[in-house]
Amino acid sequence: MTPVNTATPIKPWRPTRRETSTQIAIVLLSAFASFLLVANTGFEGRLPQVIFFGIFAIATLAILSGVRRGKEAAKDSIMAGAAYTGIFALLLPVVSILWTVISRGTNAIYTGYFTTDMAQDAFSSPLDAGGIKHALIGTFWLIIIALIISVPLGILTALYLTEIKGPGSALIRFLVQAMSGIPSIVAGLFIYSALISGTGRGFSGFMGALALSILMIPTVARTAEEVLKLVPPDLREAGLALGATQWKTVALVVIPAAKSGLVTAVILGVARIAGETAPLLFTTGGADDTNLNPMQDNMGSIPFYIWKALIDGSPEAAARAWAGIFILMLAVLTLFALARYFSRAKKVK
Amino acid sequence: MDVTLLEARAPQGPIPTPRAIETKPRISDQIFRSIVALGGFSSLIILGLIASYLFFRGYSIMRTEGLSFITGYQWVSSINSDGTAGTEKSVYGVGAMLIGTLVTAAIALTIGVPISVFAALYLTFFAPARIKNFLVSVVDLMAAFPSILFGLWGLYVLMEPGMYVAELLNKYLGWIPIFSVPVPMFLRSPFIAGLVLAVMIIPIVTAISREIFSQTPLDRIQAAYALGASKWAMIKNVAFPYSYSGIVGGSMLGLGRAMGETVAVFTVLNILYQANFKILLGAGGNLASHIILKFGEASEEEIKALMAAGFVLFLMTLAVNMIANAIVNKTGRRGR
Repeated sequence: MTPVNTATPIKPWRPTRRETSTQIAIVLLSAFASFLLVANTGFEGRLPQVIFFGIFAIATLAILSGVRRGKEAAKDSIMAGAAYTGIFALLLPVVSILWTVISRGTNAIYTGYFTTDMAQDAFSSPLDAGGIKHALIGTFWLIIIALIISVPLGILTALYLTEIKGPGSALIRFLVQAMSGIPSIVAGLFIYSALISGTGRGFSGFMGALALSILMIPTVARTAEEVLKLVPPDLREAGLALGATQWKTVALVVIPAAKSGLVTAVILGVARIAGETAPLLFTTGGADDTNLNPMQDNMGSIPFYIWKALIDGSPEAAARAWAGIFILMLAVLTLFALARYFSRAKKVK
Repeated sequence: MDVTLLEARAPQGPIPTPRAIETKPRISDQIFRSIVALGGFSSLIILGLIASYLFFRGYSIMRTEGLSFITGYQWVSSINSDGTAGTEKSVYGVGAMLIGTLVTAAIALTIGVPISVFAALYLTFFAPARIKNFLVSVVDLMAAFPSILFGLWGLYVLMEPGMYVAELLNKYLGWIPIFSVPVPMFLRSPFIAGLVLAVMIIPIVTAISREIFSQTPLDRIQAAYALGASKWAMIKNVAFPYSYSGIVGGSMLGLGRAMGETVAVFTVLNILYQANFKILLGAGGNLASHIILKFGEASEEEIKALMAAGFVLFLMTLAVNMIANAIVNKTGRRGR
């Protein structure tokens, strides 16, 4: 019986405790140095502090690893610093935006905010009057009508690309991609030029919903296509082998299999259009009173409400604009959480 | 037991005669296929309608103005107070706004693309899995922020630090023509509009760059490490060459978004009809914000000119998007 020598697993690439603590010390020192520099020179505010902190930290870490492990390691260290800076610069606006929306968004909201409209009040009037009821109703109608138009068209497009793979599939796929990039203002201008200008018809919620549909169709179609592609071909073949027609296979096998993904596609489409402002400026007219009929007369909406408050410019109007954004963001975040919930449910299956 | 069952079910009698089969779908499937095809071609139809309507509405202006509609630096709509055409000749040229569009988009790309690429590098090669998943959904969420939110945020939050940076740039780099200002007016400048646009394109460019980076073949990454490469050397020699064209495509998608952005630019920028190359000076505009600005009080004729401007914008963004998608698709396919 000779004793068996088993090697204890080591991870030589792991930074040692000493290395980690030096790094932390350097980061802290850089923060301190940048603070001192900003305090004693002409620079002001938090922005230069952050910038100098980044420069100091990256430079010192690079010099340190350069001295210890050579030129390549120094370059590597600078690169890692740049990557961390990149993700920091990406997150900074997100955090700032969310924070501003939360901190400023509730100032204009009072008990009657959701049950009154702006028919009696100007955007610059005190914050205990007026509300967003008309805009909520308007946005509700816009989304419902846009859904009715663009969900069938979007899903049919996706089915054409995945199930029929007919002539021109590549072209359609390409055009749908290009269409998802057209500026929202063009959609509004198009509806205005085709259906409103010179026809005697006025602005209405329906026109706005048509413009929004142009933006929603490509989003729904692209996401739905991705989802339908994930349905295994075996399922389709099984359906056909049982003697079902292609129509029945799609309706009873493929679509049920992709159901949660299709719901995600629809939700992402709604999230895409919920905050669109530019097309509504050309098509809905933006009323201040409550209009229950989307087929006739000017209709308000949350983005248009924010827009009007923004144009007004007074502090009260700004508070109203932030409140509108707050509600819009709540909606977008909810939609996002829903989309994630449904796409996760799909994966678990 | 099984054997007897099989025997019991064995076909009895003569072998069936051959029958004709065909590949032609049944009537129900033909109806189904034609309905789906009709829906499938809807995007083609819509794009065609957009192009033709904007073209025909704006045609008369484009014909009278000719090439100077694109190159002209003047937008004068002459109308009398009662709305009839004025005695002076109206001139429509979108040149100055085209320049504004390109200037703001260029600023956005200059700032946004490096941030996005490095952020994508972090997400692909540095981030631990759990943080990565969280950050990826943050980027997705950021892409879904409505543009008016960026405008509002740009106006009320970003303006102050943006002006601070602008003043610093002017102070130390003012000898470069684009950073000089004739009067110290840093509020609402193309530079700040470009900053807001940069924030708006970051999620798009990051998402696409990340996707392309993550398709870098693992064997090549490992080969580079095996040769003793540091992470940076691996990225420089394996990941970048592999994903270069994909990043270009992703940046062009960002360019398309930046060129077509309306509300955010209108909110942040001081819209004046002039070609402004001095990016720190508070004046300028882009094509889309110009359309919004003029639309409210436009005469019948000016509306037509705005349609023509919209047509130009549509063609520009469509072309940029098509090229970008072609590049991204090509890179994506190579990776799989």
